Amino acid sequence: MSLKAMQVNPKSFDKSQLKFYAILLPLSFFMILPVVYTFSSALKPLDELFLFPPRFLVQKPTLQNFNDLFRAATTTGVPMSRYLFNSILITVLFITATIVITTSTGYALSKKEYRGKRLMFRINQTALMFVAIAVAIPRYLIIDGLGMNDSWIVHVIPYLAMPVGLFLVKQFIDQVPDELIEAAKIDGANDWNILFKIIIPLVKPALATVAILAFQFIWNSSESSNIYIITETKKTFVFYLSTLTNVQNSVAGAGMQAAATLIMFLPNLIIFIFMQSRVMDTMSHSGIK
Amino acid sequence: MQNAQDLELLKRQRAKDKRNDKIATALLVLPYILLFSTFIIIPVLFSFILSFTYFDLIQTPRIADLYGLYNYVMLFTQDSNFFKYVLPNTFTFALAVGPGGYIFAFVMAWMLSQIQAKPRKYISLALYTPSMVGPLFITVVWRALFSGDTSGYINSILLKNDWVDEAIQFLQSPEWLLRIMIFVSLWSSMGIGFLAMLAGVLNVDKTLYEAGAVDGIKNRFQEIIYITIPQMKPQMLFGAVMAIVGSFNTGYIGVALSGANPTPQYSGQLIINHIEDYGFIRYEMGYAAAISVLLLLIILLFNKVAYMLFGEKD
Repeated sequence: MSLKAMQVNPKSFDKSQLKFYAILLPLSFFMILPVVYTFSSALKPLDELFLFPPRFLVQKPTLQNFNDLFRAATTTGVPMSRYLFNSILITVLFITATIVITTSTGYALSKKEYRGKRLMFRINQTALMFVAIAVAIPRYLIIDGLGMNDSWIVHVIPYLAMPVGLFLVKQFIDQVPDELIEAAKIDGANDWNILFKIIIPLVKPALATVAILAFQFIWNSSESSNIYIITETKKTFVFYLSTLTNVQNSVAGAGMQAAATLIMFLPNLIIFIFMQSRVMDTMSHSGIK
Repeated sequence: MQNAQDLELLKRQRAKDKRNDKIATALLVLPYILLFSTFIIIPVLFSFILSFTYFDLIQTPRIADLYGLYNYVMLFTQDSNFFKYVLPNTFTFALAVGPGGYIFAFVMAWMLSQIQAKPRKYISLALYTPSMVGPLFITVVWRALFSGDTSGYINSILLKNDWVDEAIQFLQSPEWLLRIMIFVSLWSSMGIGFLAMLAGVLNVDKTLYEAGAVDGIKNRFQEIIYITIPQMKPQMLFGAVMAIVGSFNTGYIGVALSGANPTPQYSGQLIINHIEDYGFIRYEMGYAAAISVLLLLIILLFNKVAYMLFGEKD
């Protein structure tokens, strides 16, 4: 008896798929439960937060927690909008700079010939497994030595080299045919033109992916504010929210904490949903050979 | 005559082009190389050097005793917490979250490839969502869910159904903390490695499965072992590397969940926390650097295994 060959990416529904749904659906439901819980807690009025036993879903949703969150800001002396402004500015700068740097390097690494190119790619590939916290101390000493302490650039500069970003972009640029670049050169294009008129438009999915990874990193990272920044007005939104949430086990603060968490999380989700198909497109070229 | 001149001119033009091309290439890669060296390569080398010194941030570092090996000797002979708790915890955690999360992600990716595109899109979004919630979310939400007082959601379910007599101190009891850390990390482990493997499974040439069926492959398991995995080795390797990094990067959660470093009775202490404890709390930078070097070696070892399994043989 021979096996019916595996049906990858089936076009239509078949009864044989039911067993996969039976596992995947409950599991994905379970995975998003904590997210649902956060939504629900953020919208709970005070009496529901105190309720015992606690209810999972909110009964009478209110925006009171968000109100409290925005008002609590004023007690630190620095308005919340300042932290938010810092974060948005830093995020935009960081994403732009990472994309420019990874694309130009990825282009050279994929399409140019120069000495040390293979070595550079190998080192970058090894650095994929780089765990930054492992070398937090020398990093601190270097940043301190460079005089970047308490300067807003410390939010951006130390994190700009993203090995994963360069790796994905380089793999994607490999798909761009060399003939296209040769033709452009004959027409008199320089590297700058090639980069902006040919490479960037063609590798947009990879850039979208790098942008998402960069966003997820910088938006959620409070390391720079924690360690390097002293001046309160230079700190970021996530740092501010984490100070609010450091108070443990306080039921009164629970609603506010949930609201803060939700504000941090939603941009990640929304951006990913918009870019999901581009990310998947990039991932099909992500293999390490 | 005219021809020779032209040739000379052309030659010079070529040389000029070549030089310009070199300059352009250098400009293209320079920013990345500079940043990469300053904030990744040099810290790693610096860590290595520091590990042979005494350094407390105030006095200038000096070479450690025993030909500089003092920190390592201390680490291997005197630090009982390290061998009793930190190292075993790190291995348990890294194995469960690394290979464990990796196999989980592969199985999910494979199952997703067996269903239609539309539902696949939504289900993979749901599975990927926990990986992008960020450290703040993990700390706040899971701390609230596992909280030891009656407001803790999980405790209230257990109490209501009479499965326990009194609330379990999930985050403070040595018995529970590590398990919860693993659970939470697995929950958020379906990151870009998972997406890469999903793309990989979907890209395997379909005709290979038909050929395999003709050649006598008997079941789905054989199909996966003999066709799917060999065909998507590069993505398997990328996923493995991401899983390894992920398992070491989520090391903060023990401290984040329990709210203390060291974690209660060292029950959730991982190497990362131990480095922080010695580096940023006790200011024994040389010793912390020695632990960092050991950690980097452990990560390298995990990586070697991944490359041995899925790397292309030269």
